[in-house]
Amino acid sequence: MTEPGTLERGIASGLAFLRRRLAGDYEVDEFGYDPDFARTVLLPPARALYEHWFRVELSGVDNIPDGGALLVANHSGTIPIDALMLSVAVHDHADRRIRLLGADLVYQIPVLGHLARKGGHTLACKSDAARLLAKGELVGVFPEGFKGVGKPFADRYKLQRFGRGGFVGTALRAGVPIVPCAIVGAEEIYPKIGDIPPLARLLGLPYFPVTPTFPLLGPAGLIPLPSKWMIRFGEPMTLDEYDADSADDPMTVFNITDHVRENVQGMLYETLLRRGPAFL
Amino acid sequence: MSSLPAAAARVVLVTGVSRFLGARVANTLQADPGIERVIGVDTVPPDTSHGVSLGRTEFVRVDIRTPSIANLIASAGVDTVVHLSLVTSSSVPRAKAKELNVIGTMQLLAACQRSPDTRKLVVRSSAAVYGSSPMDPAVFTERDEPVEAPRSGYAKDAGEIEGYVRGLTRRRSDLAVSVLRFANFLGPGVDSLVTRYLRLPVVPTVLGFDPRLQFVHEDDGVEVLRRMTVEDHPGCFNVAGDGVLLLSQALRRAGRPSVPVPSPSLSMLGDMGRRFAGLSGFSPELLRWLKYGRVIDTTALEDELSWRPKYSTEAAFADFTAAQGHGPLTALFGRTPR
Repeated sequence: MTEPGTLERGIASGLAFLRRRLAGDYEVDEFGYDPDFARTVLLPPARALYEHWFRVELSGVDNIPDGGALLVANHSGTIPIDALMLSVAVHDHADRRIRLLGADLVYQIPVLGHLARKGGHTLACKSDAARLLAKGELVGVFPEGFKGVGKPFADRYKLQRFGRGGFVGTALRAGVPIVPCAIVGAEEIYPKIGDIPPLARLLGLPYFPVTPTFPLLGPAGLIPLPSKWMIRFGEPMTLDEYDADSADDPMTVFNITDHVRENVQGMLYETLLRRGPAFL
Repeated sequence: MSSLPAAAARVVLVTGVSRFLGARVANTLQADPGIERVIGVDTVPPDTSHGVSLGRTEFVRVDIRTPSIANLIASAGVDTVVHLSLVTSSSVPRAKAKELNVIGTMQLLAACQRSPDTRKLVVRSSAAVYGSSPMDPAVFTERDEPVEAPRSGYAKDAGEIEGYVRGLTRRRSDLAVSVLRFANFLGPGVDSLVTRYLRLPVVPTVLGFDPRLQFVHEDDGVEVLRRMTVEDHPGCFNVAGDGVLLLSQALRRAGRPSVPVPSPSLSMLGDMGRRFAGLSGFSPELLRWLKYGRVIDTTALEDELSWRPKYSTEAAFADFTAAQGHGPLTALFGRTPR
């Protein structure tokens, strides 16, 4: 039962929010991040999924350093709900805002593009990442990109190629640590068992997924399966032994990229073992 | 920083003086006793309706698209050229606007290159040279290339103008050339595509997009141009007020009702407005700006001048709406100014 006091406070704060929105009385930063909107509109539904549907368990939250850091996570799930869950985890349990770097496709899609910006996220490009890190923000990347999020169910928990290692150059130039992160559970939400390339081409998407329920059940197939999730933050990998110039040395960048990738893969297997059955 | 008082401007030529920005800059420069002569040129006689007097500015009606501009520069011994006649309005037919912008600049630059007296050139460009696209970085610095260069309108002209200015800089390395990329001007006196758009009784926005916008107040713009003229600050600089506003946020602050429209219908709507209601329509650039917005980094300017704009983007917009009178929704949701 909700006490009348909390209910009234809830209504009052809701009305105050509405009033601020209607009067335009809020601030956004240069990336379009609107903390008021993110906190009140974007996070609550994601939080409901996080707590009750996916029952996310966190570990290693203390590994997130204060100040600028680059969080590197695996990407999976056909639809990038892992990004949403990661932002809830960091917001609610680490008291930080994660600024994710997204594919340009996100910013071409109406509504999605501006919601992503309002949530504090931006385009994956060097200058945006450098600018955010210089401001001491926690920046999150999914170096696998579409290759990771759209991989077939059979390849679950196998990390794909880590892009071209651009994220390592960014961390080196900004002089910030890399925080490896493993997200377990997202692989089972939409098991992608097929792909319809002609439809994907028609819609301008990187893939058109077929899951056991989609498109078979129509819109009902869009409900994610209630898998059990675990998110683990690993120890920060400081890159202090390298200087900013090594960002221009491809061999160093490749080596660090591989090292980060192995680290995330290892964490992924460990966490997967700890989780046990996918849906319990 | 690199301001050299010995090289102070003595004879200044201001182009585009019959329009608002040119008139205000000429007015400011003529009030400076350190400047001997201010010569204002334009193709049309000065418009006094906006209440900016030219003072002791000598107005010469000359078309900068013709070589007569070279004679004027040579005979008056002009040492500083302030080129402000970028036509951004769509009320001028496109072909003519392009003539004025590109051919006019070419003639002017040719004259500057020839004249031994010319020492300094200040050029008004626009942040529109960066274009607007979903692949843009969140913030453009002067070193960034446009991801999708603008393909039409004054934005393309501004890009070409900058190209010719770079050419001149290479050939006359003794010239101090300042190129200023202004965000959209706002203020009580500004009349532009954007102010006309914001003044519509019901403002159409693009469905599913909420761009980040930046404005520069006219007073700050004039101050930057004045300092660039009387001091030496060679280089290319972004000019904008601090901070950003989202379009939806700006419209709510102004109390203007808005209606989201799918982007193809919006360009059709603009077309109809232009044909039947004498409105200015939506150029492809404006439409892209209304979808993706644009934010520029102004730290280079602030470091160079050791100065910050007096008006932030928010304050410039507030000043504009105060002069416009608030929209019908203000009484309903009223945002009390702080």
